[in-house]
Amino acid sequence: MLGSTLFGIGTFAATNAGTRSKDPRKLPPQIGDELVRPSWEDEGRIISIDDLPLNGPPLLAYPRDPAAGIARERSRLNQILLVRLEYTEMSEQTRAVADAGIVAYSGICTHEACGVSEWNAADRYFICPCHASEFDPRNRAAVVGGPARRALPALPIKRVGRNIVVAGKFTNRVGAKRK
Amino acid sequence: MRFFALACINTLVSLAVDAEPIDYNPVTADRLIEPEPRNWLMYRGTYDSWGYSPLDQITPDNVAGLIPVWTFSTGVEEAHQSPPIVNDGIMFITTPENQVLALDARTGDLIWRYRRELPDDLMQLHPTNRGVALWSDRVYLATVDAYLIALDARTGEVIWEREVEDYLGGYYMTLAPLVVDGKVMVGMSGGDLGIRGFIQAFSADAGEPLWKTYMVPGPGEPGHDTWPGDTWKRGGVSIWVTGSYDPDTQLAYWGTGNAGPWIGDQRSGDNLYATSVLALDIATGEVRAHHQYHWNDSWDWDEVSAPLLVDIERGGRKIKTLVHAGRNGYLWLLERSAEDIRFVDATPFVRQNVFTRLDPESGRPEYDPTKVPRTGSRVEFCPSIWGGKDWPPSAYNPKTGYLYIPANENLCGAFTGEPAKYRRGELYLGMQFSTIEVFPHEDAAHHIGELQAWDLTAGKKVWTVEFPFHNWGPVLTTGGGLVFSGGTNDRYFRAFDAKTGETLWKQRTNSGIVGVPTSYKIDGVQYVAVQSGWGVDAQRKQEYLDKAFGTKTHVPQGGVLWVFALGN
Repeated sequence: MLGSTLFGIGTFAATNAGTRSKDPRKLPPQIGDELVRPSWEDEGRIISIDDLPLNGPPLLAYPRDPAAGIARERSRLNQILLVRLEYTEMSEQTRAVADAGIVAYSGICTHEACGVSEWNAADRYFICPCHASEFDPRNRAAVVGGPARRALPALPIKRVGRNIVVAGKFTNRVGAKRK
Repeated sequence: MRFFALACINTLVSLAVDAEPIDYNPVTADRLIEPEPRNWLMYRGTYDSWGYSPLDQITPDNVAGLIPVWTFSTGVEEAHQSPPIVNDGIMFITTPENQVLALDARTGDLIWRYRRELPDDLMQLHPTNRGVALWSDRVYLATVDAYLIALDARTGEVIWEREVEDYLGGYYMTLAPLVVDGKVMVGMSGGDLGIRGFIQAFSADAGEPLWKTYMVPGPGEPGHDTWPGDTWKRGGVSIWVTGSYDPDTQLAYWGTGNAGPWIGDQRSGDNLYATSVLALDIATGEVRAHHQYHWNDSWDWDEVSAPLLVDIERGGRKIKTLVHAGRNGYLWLLERSAEDIRFVDATPFVRQNVFTRLDPESGRPEYDPTKVPRTGSRVEFCPSIWGGKDWPPSAYNPKTGYLYIPANENLCGAFTGEPAKYRRGELYLGMQFSTIEVFPHEDAAHHIGELQAWDLTAGKKVWTVEFPFHNWGPVLTTGGGLVFSGGTNDRYFRAFDAKTGETLWKQRTNSGIVGVPTSYKIDGVQYVAVQSGWGVDAQRKQEYLDKAFGTKTHVPQGGVLWVFALGN
């Protein structure tokens, strides 16, 4: 399952570049990548856990290769939502990929690949503005409303000091299913 | 390089089912100017965009005997909006995901199927397609990843494909191309994503670019001064729907979308050529004339539909008009000539509380400033974001002289503007989508959806059919004196008496109908065809209405093409 997920993402990244080269700016998140803000917001600075208010709203993040300092911003599929939640309210599955109440999910909707860019503060749900799908970040970003049928894939993370790094691969295929 | 790369990944799969060569009648310039009544060769049937079939076998007297003669499941969900286009027995439909199906229009047998492999990171705000165009022995498709593709009409094989724009920049296409005399014209969607809209022409033979006209004028071009600063670069103005064409003047008439971002005070000025009709010289792409229905739009009232070209008698004078039922809730009548578009009159066809007055000469509206959305405030207005009529096309019947409008009444809305932040290829609205409000006027307890008939000579509404919920149904009218349309969440496809509006027949289908109905004839039998497949804005609007009314409505998805004829 994991293999096929990675194959799908890897194939996309390589072919969209027009070659089989592994453009580091388009690679999916790699274990050990640090999470940073987009370069067009906050100049791509590294995210501290202090940036994340308890119970949201989420922050948009991208993975960055810490050695080369290269942010993987050249693929929409690398948009990540970081949110800090009450640990006691998280499901078992969510706790397994979170650290210290912080959890990361793909920011690309599983319905039609729009950016999941809005936040329902009352219910603490992610909202995809395109077609109004909603996802519960406390429970593996499962669909709680709208036309999407698949949860947002989670990205396992861990805290390193005050920062956050990638600890695993996305738990499922990122983006809309088009087969 | 990019063209080559995408050609590789977008594996262009065509499956020819029948190895036998099919008979195919090539489409010529003359046939497009004067299509045979038995055929439906383009988006609205004819260049004047009437949505009218002269066929008269099915009439008010016998329509009760209409039965489904075959159906075809498309295997795809989301909004099936395209018309079944028929050329001497061969039918072409498109579906969401840019699938094209060629079918035997008499039997429903599949001849070939084209499927496009779309990129994984393609964002589909409007997962739909509005149909193919025909020329010679080819079929043309404009794709949601912004390619124009020429297919072999007999086999579905790809003859050429051309990247029109980069989908990662928010550009995509949903319209059926307009073909005139060997030129294929397409326009860009993406006005909600910070694009700069345009119409571009390509040679039908080889896909060579011929001209490109931006809907937002650049520096030095007329109208550029209606955009402050750099706002023109991301000014939107999409083209969503196929243009009309007048062979006498060789001008194509296109309706244009709203400006971006949505809130007008973030781009002060008229914002030409947003929310307008444009007359483009098809030889050069030059803008020969325009009329802006309303300036500095702040309501997301795209004026996407192309105007209908109708000759009307007014004040003892026969005038060549452009007729447009606007999303802004007014029915516009304009006079067209080779040099000009002139305002004649405009009348609200739904509740509208924004315009306080129209200039009697120019038609330019004045606004109630308390009804104009602005940055940092919540502002209410009527009609709602989806307006009096969205993209579903109206139809005109020359025998009744009536225009048939799929309208929505009794709804208002509110926007709360905030400064727009541009991020390439993402929503660029100047508001949170989730803060859009739609709420019913107290009269909505009675109904929302309507099918209206207007006598264009008298300038008066002659009948209205009401539906409890919204109407999202494109309209077909016929020489037999009927009007066909779906559009409601109860999944019905209906036939109405064109003179009286009486409902004469209805068929419940698999899903809600947002497809464009068409009619054609083979071996002496008249058929009516329509795709049933709910999705996109009809579905989105349903969710807002359910919230407003406290209801929960389930409209199943999944496309099926239905073909009807008289029994016995």
